[in-house]
Amino acid sequence: MRKYIFKRLLLVIPTLFGAAALVFIMLRLIPGDICEIRMAGDGGYFDKAAVDTCRGEMGTNKPMLTQFVSFVWGLMRFDFGTSMWTGQPVLTEVALRFELSLQVAIMSTIIGVIIAIPLGIISAVRQNTWLDYMVRGFSIAGIATPAFWLGLMIIIGLLVSTQHFLGTPWMPPITYIPIWEDPVYNLSMLIWPTVATGYRYSAVVTRMTRSALLEVLREDYVRTARAKGLWEKVIIRKHALKNAMLPVVTIIGLEFAFLMGGLVVTEQVFNLNGIGKLFIESVLNNDYTMTQSLVMLVVMIFVMVNFAVDIGYAWLDPRIRYN
Amino acid sequence: MTGEAIAVRLPRADIEAELAAARRPFFKALGTWVRNQPLGTVSLLGIIFLIFMAIFAPQLSPFDPVVPHYDEMLAAPNAEYWLGTDQYGRDILSRIIWGARTALYIGFTCAILGSTLGLVLGVASAYIGGWFDLVIQRMIDVFLAFPLIILALVAVAVFGTGTDKVIIAIALPFVPECARVVRAGALALRELPYVDAARALGFSNLRIILRHIVPNCMATYLIMLTSFLGQAILTEASLSYLGLGVQEPNAAWGLMLQGGAEEYAESAMWIAVFPGLAITLAVFAFNLFGDALRDTLDPKLRAR
Repeated sequence: MRKYIFKRLLLVIPTLFGAAALVFIMLRLIPGDICEIRMAGDGGYFDKAAVDTCRGEMGTNKPMLTQFVSFVWGLMRFDFGTSMWTGQPVLTEVALRFELSLQVAIMSTIIGVIIAIPLGIISAVRQNTWLDYMVRGFSIAGIATPAFWLGLMIIIGLLVSTQHFLGTPWMPPITYIPIWEDPVYNLSMLIWPTVATGYRYSAVVTRMTRSALLEVLREDYVRTARAKGLWEKVIIRKHALKNAMLPVVTIIGLEFAFLMGGLVVTEQVFNLNGIGKLFIESVLNNDYTMTQSLVMLVVMIFVMVNFAVDIGYAWLDPRIRYN
Repeated sequence: MTGEAIAVRLPRADIEAELAAARRPFFKALGTWVRNQPLGTVSLLGIIFLIFMAIFAPQLSPFDPVVPHYDEMLAAPNAEYWLGTDQYGRDILSRIIWGARTALYIGFTCAILGSTLGLVLGVASAYIGGWFDLVIQRMIDVFLAFPLIILALVAVAVFGTGTDKVIIAIALPFVPECARVVRAGALALRELPYVDAARALGFSNLRIILRHIVPNCMATYLIMLTSFLGQAILTEASLSYLGLGVQEPNAAWGLMLQGGAEEYAESAMWIAVFPGLAITLAVFAFNLFGDALRDTLDPKLRAR
């Protein structure tokens, strides 16, 4: 197992290096000089001195290879440079917002999986009953509903229902307070975006659990277990579920990418000051240093999550470890 | 070996019946499909309806989607404006009908572009093999490390906003995804005896690829293409909603949810409800159709 983890970890490095190269190349594909685009005022006028300082700071006046080496060297030391928009270090800007996004991501994953696995099991065990149809309807709708529209509907629902029952419309608060300082306030703010992003997550995991379990339940060893008169609950829990979990674990990792995408959009709907909003703002403001750092941050997280998923997979299925 | 086994087992009459079944007319085949895939049929009808809406948008829409009516701002759904008007007094129904044109145009272009380039890359990678395959595969690894919308956002940061640039931004992440799946299939195909036979007969590589490998990748290709359709529409809506996709005053569903939809969430909720419903139903139809198609073309892939 330790050897497998080490081998898998070695694969992470070229991927991250390649991603850094891709981001670096793409942002240099922007036609023209990024400093000129960034500094250009109305009518294309720009201050020559400011552009020169900017080039010095960005290092765009140095050779391409030197720039790339210093970019990668910076990433390795978690030194992402300074934002071209606010002038603050990127890491400071990220640190201010990271907690909020992380909390929503973790809550969405947990809630999504906690809802999805039992639903998937029920749906598979009671295949082709009204219960199964309801669960399938729930999950198919979840894959088609855009997270931002669900968020909007939640906001409208909150406004209308509070207006109706309390007399005054109520909106979730928008200033972040950590959950350990004021859990009620924190949850009243973040539970809604969690639902909006978590719905798709749970829908996908439900579908996967259902189809994986259905497949396993047709295996010979399940038939044998039934033939020897084993209690159905024991068959599902002890024999079928662990094997059915393999593809589910994979999809949990893959869907994490969608979750981060969903978070970017949902933060915009709920006006949450998180990483996603910072990302959109950096794209809108042509803040290239911020964009490239945030992309690398997201890629690092995604690659590490997939690494963790692969380790979990190998732990569940010994065949992978020994291949 | 398997060919022999079948030939021995099947009497001549059975073979003829199989051949007749393979030649049966299109409408009969369609009838069988409709019976086997009721959900797929419903979704196909929905897609045909959407395409109809997109093509005949100028004839179908009661109002111009772009021209504001300042005396009819934020009108609730009524006999004249069936789905109400937005904050500029533009008819929401007309904007949804024209939005179908935008969504389908972007959806189909991205899906066809992404899966076709993916097919070319995947087949080339598998067939050429060696260092070429290795380099392409490592590059695909890198692209797959980016979540779809993040890569699309980077592309928008590079190319800018607007319909044509959004198409590039969305199609780009599809290429490696499709290439990976096609390559896996093509690698297996390359080892099959009939490809060896074709090579032994002295056929050129191009002919083997075009006549023997590509046709057998078609099922995978179509499955990927349909699954991209829903994703492309959803991603376009997200980008437009963020203000980074299709730009005003063009009608696009995601764009309709931006600005006024939030501002007037309580007083004019029809602005937010109907375009979102259009996105959901369209993606729903494409997803269901994709599932049905997958079941028909390749039952082995059903688990995914």
